[in-house]
Amino acid sequence: MAKVMTSGGEALIKALADENVDIIFGYPGGAALHIYDAIYQQDRVQHILVRHEQAATHAADGFARATGKPGVCLVTSGPGATNAITGIATAYMDSIPLVVISGQVPNHLIGTDAFQETDMMGISRPIVKHSFLVQKPEEIPVIVKKAFHIATSGRPGPVVIDVPKNLTDPNEKFEYKFPSDLYLRSFALYDEAENSEVKKAVKLLTEAERPVIYAGGGAINSNAAEEIYEFGKLMGCPVTNTLMGLGVYPASDEQFVGMLGMHGTYEANMVMHEADLIMAIGARFDDRITNNPNKFGLQAKKIHIDSDPSSIDKIIDVDVAMTGNAKKVISQINKELKAMNFDNKKFDPWMKKAMQWRADHGLNHNMLDQKNPGDIILPQQVIQSAYKATDGKAFVTSDVGQHQMFAAQYYHFNEPRKWINSGGLGTMGFGLPAAMGVKFAFPDETVACITGEGSIQMCIQELSTCGQYGLPIKIINLNNRALGMVKQWQDMQYGGRYSSISYEDSLPDFIKLAESYGHVGMKVEKLSELEAAMEECFALKNKLVFLDVYVDPDEHVYPMLKAGGDMSEMYLSKTEKTFE
Amino acid sequence: MNHIALLMENQPGALSRVIGLFSQRGYNIDSLSVAPTQDETLSRLTMTIGEEGADINQILKQLYKLVDVVMVQNLSEADALTLELAIIKLNKTKADVEGLIKNYEFEREILDEKDNYTVFKVLGDTQEIENLLSELKKEEFLEVTRSGTLGITKGNESLATNDQTKISYD
Repeated sequence: MAKVMTSGGEALIKALADENVDIIFGYPGGAALHIYDAIYQQDRVQHILVRHEQAATHAADGFARATGKPGVCLVTSGPGATNAITGIATAYMDSIPLVVISGQVPNHLIGTDAFQETDMMGISRPIVKHSFLVQKPEEIPVIVKKAFHIATSGRPGPVVIDVPKNLTDPNEKFEYKFPSDLYLRSFALYDEAENSEVKKAVKLLTEAERPVIYAGGGAINSNAAEEIYEFGKLMGCPVTNTLMGLGVYPASDEQFVGMLGMHGTYEANMVMHEADLIMAIGARFDDRITNNPNKFGLQAKKIHIDSDPSSIDKIIDVDVAMTGNAKKVISQINKELKAMNFDNKKFDPWMKKAMQWRADHGLNHNMLDQKNPGDIILPQQVIQSAYKATDGKAFVTSDVGQHQMFAAQYYHFNEPRKWINSGGLGTMGFGLPAAMGVKFAFPDETVACITGEGSIQMCIQELSTCGQYGLPIKIINLNNRALGMVKQWQDMQYGGRYSSISYEDSLPDFIKLAESYGHVGMKVEKLSELEAAMEECFALKNKLVFLDVYVDPDEHVYPMLKAGGDMSEMYLSKTEKTFE
Repeated sequence: MNHIALLMENQPGALSRVIGLFSQRGYNIDSLSVAPTQDETLSRLTMTIGEEGADINQILKQLYKLVDVVMVQNLSEADALTLELAIIKLNKTKADVEGLIKNYEFEREILDEKDNYTVFKVLGDTQEIENLLSELKKEEFLEVTRSGTLGITKGNESLATNDQTKISYD
């Protein structure tokens, strides 16, 4: 084969194409200009110009969450790099595979406080899985290959490649060789669990009286939905998903008790509290799940499957630790359960008890049938209406706050990768750019961004990007004229002293704003008009619609775990709670 | 007190990842020594974590997770030799210094001395050096510099690059 000579910039883009990347999100600037010139001269990799580097990372992140493939973004040095930081941290906290390429000032200027110089390796270090500072242009293809391998394998995460400008010089060519093999010293990956551990786990599972399956984002990352469904059916016991795990077990299944944790359902939290066996799959016993870890699952033995050994025994000590790929480990367990013809009938009384809890204090999923005084709209009704209008089949991205919790509680996700939100970092501004990434990946699918008037303003400039690329995203804005979740906490814990949560008089007219970007804006203030507006919004297939829904400003998210309590200690409404 | 031995890629930024992990996760390092090994692509660190109740298993797992970290070993759980070097400068005569340290077991050597000061080195067990330093607190102390603990296991096994660290969940 003839030698292919490329510059560093060309090599970088060519290597991305050789990694089967067809889309990247970015924003140009001085240190990245050689790379942008290389992009211009090829057509294998499409570049999407966002309006802020944070949006580039969130869009790549949304793309990755929806597809399971790594998301890629490209930013320049200095402010380009620092603007990307929030998005990198978001991906890091939720274990999302991302490759972030940042331009850097030329080598000879590094360390001189040069124009637009920032130590990207240094500032990104605590929030990346790994990072590379390119030292020689010839090593770019190998670094790209390594970056993708590291970002996507084991517990996924973001990888930064920092590229000094002089190493992408179009006049300095070298032979391009994309590596077929990779050598990473002592890079440990865990696949199947040891047989002895599988046997121990199966023993605990079959000897239990009150087991619960608790699956999180790791189960989605390892594409384990099918195996977990089979496992759920073999066990016939309650199944709960974390905020990050929603969809990995179908919400419409009778064994599904809903999301657990801080704003989890009453029945899911009660099941966790009363269980005698907790089977954690790709979940990390986060503080929003366990509440007080010293009071967590005291009656339960625990089995933990995770691809990251450092997640195991970090917060909660477990009885059986299975480091491995959730998909493979659950298959191993299913095989054992099938081989022994396990009869799960003995869990029926326990399952019945869970259903009784649901009957007692479960969420009301028929709120569209109710009328409200003054025809006011409750936020839960907006989610139920969106669910109805989309037949539960949309990709739903969200921002952070009350609307996020309502969406998680009331939009029933029956498939993995349909619910896309910033769970770990809790990044406001995530929803809209993430929805762009999803829409680029699935142009024919319905993509809704459920947001609030606080969050949407954090990346609202992306309405321009949506206009440029014709992205018909549906933005459902739960407008309560205040930072709702903060307000809820101020109501519950700060005597109703509303510190810095309101901006009612200075909110933009979202309808005009959407229109000024060339989109459609719609406003709904009455419950009686909600469903028709929602239908119309989703019926406009080729338009981005900004549906501004005025909702009850005083509504709280319930259930809510009592701070420092156990998982059975919940506020159920403004007047009811399960504890003294 | 735990002594941890670690092999890592001899790459720019690798050390800062290891150090950063400690501050990021809220662990304290008491001492740290680092230098290249016989294989110039690898550096070896020995670090000491004195903190009572530190979750050493979690620290080992987090360290091993770093891509640049090739091997980690808790020397305190192995049959290991540890050694530390301290160079001490006192406002004392040589004879006084010799008197002060005569009851200790470590190797010692006077490196420099004049009428009003003495520089000497001691080489030995970290705890013994700690003991000496706390005894010297009341003396006219000028300076001390310490290597941090170095450690290596006994026997013919070595920290090999292709092995995986056995991290227990107990």
